[in-house]
This record gives sequence, C-alpha cells and structure tokens, in this order.
Amino acid sequence: MISAPPKVRFRDTQVDMAHGAGGKASRRLVEGLFAPLLCGTSTEPLGDAAHIDISGTRIAMTTDAFVVRPLSFPGGSIGELAVNCTVNDLAVSGARAVALVCSYVLEAGLPADILEAEVRAMASAAQRAGVIIAGGDTKVVEHGKADGMYLTTAGIGSLIPGLHLSAAAVRPGDKILLSGPIGDHGITILLARGELHFEADLRSDTRSILPLIEELAAKAGSGVRWMRDPTRGGVATSLNELARDCAFGMQICEEWIPMHDAVRGACELLGLDPLHIANEGQFLAVVAKEWVGAALDALLGTPGGEQAVMIGEVTEQPAGSVLVTTRYGGTRIVDMLVGDPLPRIC
Amino acid sequence: MRFVDEFRQPELITRTAEEIRRLADPGRHYRFMEVCGGHTHAIYRFGLMDLLPANIELVHGPGCPVCVLPMGRIDDGLSIAEDPKVIFAAFGDMMRVPGTHGSPLEYKARGMDVRIVYSPSDALKLARNNPEKHVMFFAIGFETTAPSTALTLMRAKAEGIPNFSVFCNHVTIIPAIRAILDSPDMRIDAFIGPGHVSTVIGCRPYGWIASDEKKPIAVSGFEPLDVLQSIVMLLRQLKDGKAIVENNYKRVVPWEGNRAALKAIGEVFEIRPYFEWRGLGFISQSALRLKESYAQWDAEKRFSVPGVRVTDPKAAQCGEVLKGVLKPAQCKLFGKECTPEHPIGALMVSSEGSCAAYYSYALRKSPELVQMT
Amino acid sequence: MCLAIPGKIVELLDEERDTAVIDVLGVRRRIDLGLLADDPPIKGDWVLIHVGFAMSKISEVDALDQLRMLTELGEQQAAMEEVQGYGLGGP
Repeated sequence: MISAPPKVRFRDTQVDMAHGAGGKASRRLVEGLFAPLLCGTSTEPLGDAAHIDISGTRIAMTTDAFVVRPLSFPGGSIGELAVNCTVNDLAVSGARAVALVCSYVLEAGLPADILEAEVRAMASAAQRAGVIIAGGDTKVVEHGKADGMYLTTAGIGSLIPGLHLSAAAVRPGDKILLSGPIGDHGITILLARGELHFEADLRSDTRSILPLIEELAAKAGSGVRWMRDPTRGGVATSLNELARDCAFGMQICEEWIPMHDAVRGACELLGLDPLHIANEGQFLAVVAKEWVGAALDALLGTPGGEQAVMIGEVTEQPAGSVLVTTRYGGTRIVDMLVGDPLPRIC
Repeated sequence: MRFVDEFRQPELITRTAEEIRRLADPGRHYRFMEVCGGHTHAIYRFGLMDLLPANIELVHGPGCPVCVLPMGRIDDGLSIAEDPKVIFAAFGDMMRVPGTHGSPLEYKARGMDVRIVYSPSDALKLARNNPEKHVMFFAIGFETTAPSTALTLMRAKAEGIPNFSVFCNHVTIIPAIRAILDSPDMRIDAFIGPGHVSTVIGCRPYGWIASDEKKPIAVSGFEPLDVLQSIVMLLRQLKDGKAIVENNYKRVVPWEGNRAALKAIGEVFEIRPYFEWRGLGFISQSALRLKESYAQWDAEKRFSVPGVRVTDPKAAQCGEVLKGVLKPAQCKLFGKECTPEHPIGALMVSSEGSCAAYYSYALRKSPELVQMT
Repeated sequence: MCLAIPGKIVELLDEERDTAVIDVLGVRRRIDLGLLADDPPIKGDWVLIHVGFAMSKISEVDALDQLRMLTELGEQQAAMEEVQGYGLGGP
C-alpha cells in the first residue's frame, strides 16, 4: 500500500527575513514545508529538541544556527550563544546536555583574533555549562558572505529523571512561571548594532539555564508540564505556540512580568513590546497549581533564579490565544510576532 | 516624577472609569473619534475598551500617516532605492508597508540598501558618513514630525551636504478632520484630540470643530488616565450642551503651539495644492513639499519617479474604515485575504492602523479567526 | 502618530550646538534641542522626545495639577460610594 505523499502547505513564493524571525512566518515554513517533508509520519508537536530511542536508551538531540550581528556584544558573543542556546534547548525539553558539535562557516577576511576570541568564548561557555565539544567542521566562504561567521551546533543529552513534558499535559488552572527579567538580550543586540544611536547599561542575559531546570526537576519535577526558552519572538511567541498546541488560553498579568528599567525605557522609546523581544537566559515553565510553591522555592533558592516569578495561568478561554491583563482590568491579546520587532515612531 | 507611571495608577484608572459609567447617559449611544493613530494604539495596548460602558464607541480616525499614504508614493520612493548608489532611509513604521513590488524590507532582502533610522538627523548622519552614496530619507508624519525633518534639512543646507535628500510625505491633520466631518455618512459626537501634533500646532486650530461643527474636543495625552479623563471631559461637555476645545495635555501642549517648530516648517516647506490620501481621496492643501529654496534636497526633484497612481483593490474598504463608516471586521477582506501577516491595505500593516489594532482584539471575540491565519 | 516619550536632560553638549543627552530609565541618546530654541531647557529639565528631537518642555506643575484633579475625582468617587454604602440613597 502506498502511503499518501506528505502535504506541503507552504505557499510563500520566496524566502523572506520574516521566515527566520521566530514568529508566524517561521512557523509556517517549519510546519508547512520542513515538517511534512522531513518529519513525515511523526505526530509529535515540534519542540526545541527531539527525543530519540537508540537501542532502548532515550537521548535528546537538538540543532541550532547562529546568525548574529554584531558578533560580540555586552554580555556575550556568538560563540557563547552557540553553547548556551544548545544547552538550553535540551534543558527545556527535559534533557541534560552532554556533548555538542559545532560547524563554523567563516567569511574570508575575518581577522584571526576575532575568530580566536569566539573560539575561546565557546570553550569557556562549554566549560561553565559542563558540556564537551566533541567535534566540528569548518567552511570558508567568499568575502561578503556569512557576516563574519555563522555557527551551527548540534547537541545531545540524557533525559533528566522525573520530567515528563508535553503540551498535551497542560490543563486550565496550571500556572505559568518565568525564570527572570525579559528583554535583555534582544535590546542589547538592537543597541549594539549602533544604527539607532541609543546607549544603555544592559547586557545580554545569555547563560545556561540547566542548573535551574535540574533544581526544578529535583524539587517539583512531577508538577512541571511544559517548558520553553523564549528566544526569538519572545515570551509572546512561546506562549502563543503553547496556546495553539494545547488549545487552551494563556492569561498573564502585565505588572507581574519582571523587566530591567533599561529594557522598559528602550521599548518605550522605540515603541516595542517587551513580550516580543528575544531572551537567551530565561525559560517559561507551566506547572500544576499544587506544585507552584515547590517550583518557585526551587528556582528562588538557586543562584540565577532569584527573580523567578509566576506571571499567569492557563485558562479555558481565550482558547488558542494569549491574553495580557492589567491591575485595573484592561486586557489585550498579544499575538505571535510577525517578522522582527521594528522600532516605530507613530 | 517620570510623567508616565503616575498616569497609569490602577486605582485612579478604576475610579475614572467609574466616573465615565456614571456620566454616560444609558439612553444614548456615544461615538467618539480618536483622530490620532497613537491614541488607537494606546487604547488597545492598555485595554481601555474593557473599561468603557457598552454605549461608548470609539471610532478610529485617519491620524495614521502610514495608513493614509497611497501605494504609488511608496512605489515612487522605492524606485529611487533601486539605484545602487542610494541608501533608502526610513522609520521602522514604513518597513513592512507593501508597495506594488514589495515593501522596503522586501527590497532590502533583494539586496537594495534600505536602513531603519530613528531620527531624520540619523539619516543626515548616514549621508555625512557615506559620501560616496546618496541618502534619501523617506519622510512621513503629521505636524509632529515635520519640524524635525525641517530642521534636518536646514542643517543639511547650512553644511552644504550634497548627498542627502528627502522624499516628503508630510501631511496635515486639520484637512483630514474636515474631510471626516464633511463626509455624509458620518456621525461623530465628540473628538479625542491629537496630543503630539498639538505640541506643534497648539489647540487654536481645532476651534472650528467646536464653534462651527458644535463638537466637543479634548486634546489628550496617551497614558490611560489621559485618555479616560478626556472621555470624562467630553461626556461632561455633552451633558452640559457645551462644545469647546479643552486642553487635557497641558503638561506638554502649549495653547499657542511651538513657535520655533512652526517657523522651521515655514522655512523649509510649502503646502501642496492637493495630495492624495489613501482611502480619503484628494484633499486640497493637506500636505507639505519642499520649497524651491530647498530643491537641491528634494528627492522628487533630484530623481525621476514613475509617479503612477496606484488604486487600492476594489474589495479593500480602507477608505470607509478610515472614515469610521465601517468597522474593520465589516471589510470583506478583513481576517481573510487581509491579515497583519499578509496585509492588503495599509490599515493592516501599521500597528496603529485600525485593522491591525482591531485584529488582535477580534481574535479574542471570534476564535474562528485564529484558524484563518 | 506619534510616539513621544518624556526624558530627562542629563547633559548639555558644548561641542554640538543644540544637542543634549537625555535619559529614559537608563537608556541614553543624543537629541536635538533646535525646536526649543525660544526657551532652551537646562540640565535636569524633562522634555518630550519624538524622533530624536525635543518637542516641548514638560511642566511638572501642570502634571501635578492634572494628577490632583484625577485624585480628587477618585476621592469624590470613593466618597460617593461610601455614602451609597450607608444606604441613605444616593445620586
């Protein structure tokens, strides 16, 4: 019997920047083109990492590409991002990163000292995160391509005991936890590009969130339903993805969302919504109500988790959407990001 | 005092909303137009519609300079960008607005030099730093933004910067309000007046709205308390049978406006005899262009542009929505062919356009819209 | 139209005429004071910033005035509710 060919639902005529921005267009590309053709019969919702069975042992695997401009910025650089991102993707899928491999695509003319700085940054990040860099590959492309360098990684890890994560396990009444202040990374990068001529004392929040997740798993693992790191597209995009996957609503309270002053200031000046700004050192966790106390205690008591907070809960309505409420009773729907966040003057 | 949080105090917001409910006559249906796109944005951002009684309807006005820009003007501006020596500089608001052959961002993706700037002075800086290229600043905005473009041009002239020009789409607010009020299918009871335009033009230009059209108008700030308090003022005026111009944004709006800003506009710009507004048609004396003395910095004189008039698809009802005659959801294309991700009309592209703002709000009311995307 | 944000002048630049550095919650930028030439602001003043230009000085007096009106309105509301709560029959 011949099985039906996978249905490609991607109708866009060309690839645009929006397809890589982490919002709706990205999702359309992944769900409409990549998934049907590459993942074929798999019915698993697409997550940050895949869990694969190898001769009876389940391991987690993930991959990521890093296209960052500028290469180096306050708080980090592309090499560090590469390691932390990979570790984090595995962590939010419930796995402890063990090893990663890395591919360098280098632009001819890239100064060697810049390359060395990135390799050193990668090495220290790997050491801090407790992962080994098991190998890699290098390619060089003509001057004018690769913006200096592009990195890709693939990471593997072992499953953290006690964690069973799935959007399908999420229920109304579950609480939404956030590990710390949002917007640091995205705003830092935007300012570091230098095109808008703003300055602020802000650093990227890039770090491994594995220690926080391991502590969470140890103290409240049974109650954790789902996790994600809100990178490109921000908290709004991650929660919208969950809302779609579980067909429930997400209700978060504006005033409970932690943010550094400078992020707030930059967003006000540029007309940006902090909920759409990328984060590289935070995660969202949906936790069953009765486990929230233990979950928050675990995070608050771990270095780096001091600002963990509950920001909202899963609700029946508005099904498939994310609602932001305020203390005075105003509400708004916040949608997934359409393209990159753009400053506005109107 | 930061002049922001103080106007977002939850307790005061709740109390002001209660006063609105107390003042609104239950037997009456109120239609208040907020002219300015910034107010549209603020209303949705702060969820203010949730705080109003059902008989107060907020109608979004034409004060969105991106929304009223005809597609032909975007095409003209982008045709200049096709020149490899040109850097096309514009505010972020313009980047996703579709022209016939794509938006500025799409032009950028195809290899043209398109840059986002926060300020017209940054565009001039680009010109200073890139002497081998020509920087063309695609200027948009009402009277709030025109003085900044004007000052930038004055500086360009004073310094004799040869590789800088402005493609001017500045429009003026009073003719737009007049066009709304002249429209036969209109019924607006009162106006929430533009806040930041008024820092330049002052409150005097709105006098005819009160004296001739007999409509109350409260010039308003953009924080929740500003908007809600302005609504209180309008309700009070209507209750008392009054129609006057009130300045509810005194902390930044001088009654007489900003003389230096008006002087800069007068130095650099002159009024076009007429200009096409998307959705509203041709309005006389409603837009600015560079004076002859600034011809060297006028992109429309330095470059030849197609100048083709592009009409909107017949099915797109941007005009009626702009005039407040139709609600966004009543446009046949809304939520189907026309979504924020795939906008047909500019009201869906600009985040403060009525349709884009309403789209998110509508998502909650009609979940089936979610499936359409 | 139009995003304009209050910011505090933290530095007036000598080397660039009509230029100041403003601060909004720790975010800083140079802005042009050319539109306030008739009544230039000084360090410590708050101004309304739009597209990198100062549009207007912010009057603390007027802001406080408005807040006072709002608070009084709030108190009036609260007083009325209290009276209604006594069951004496209100407005």
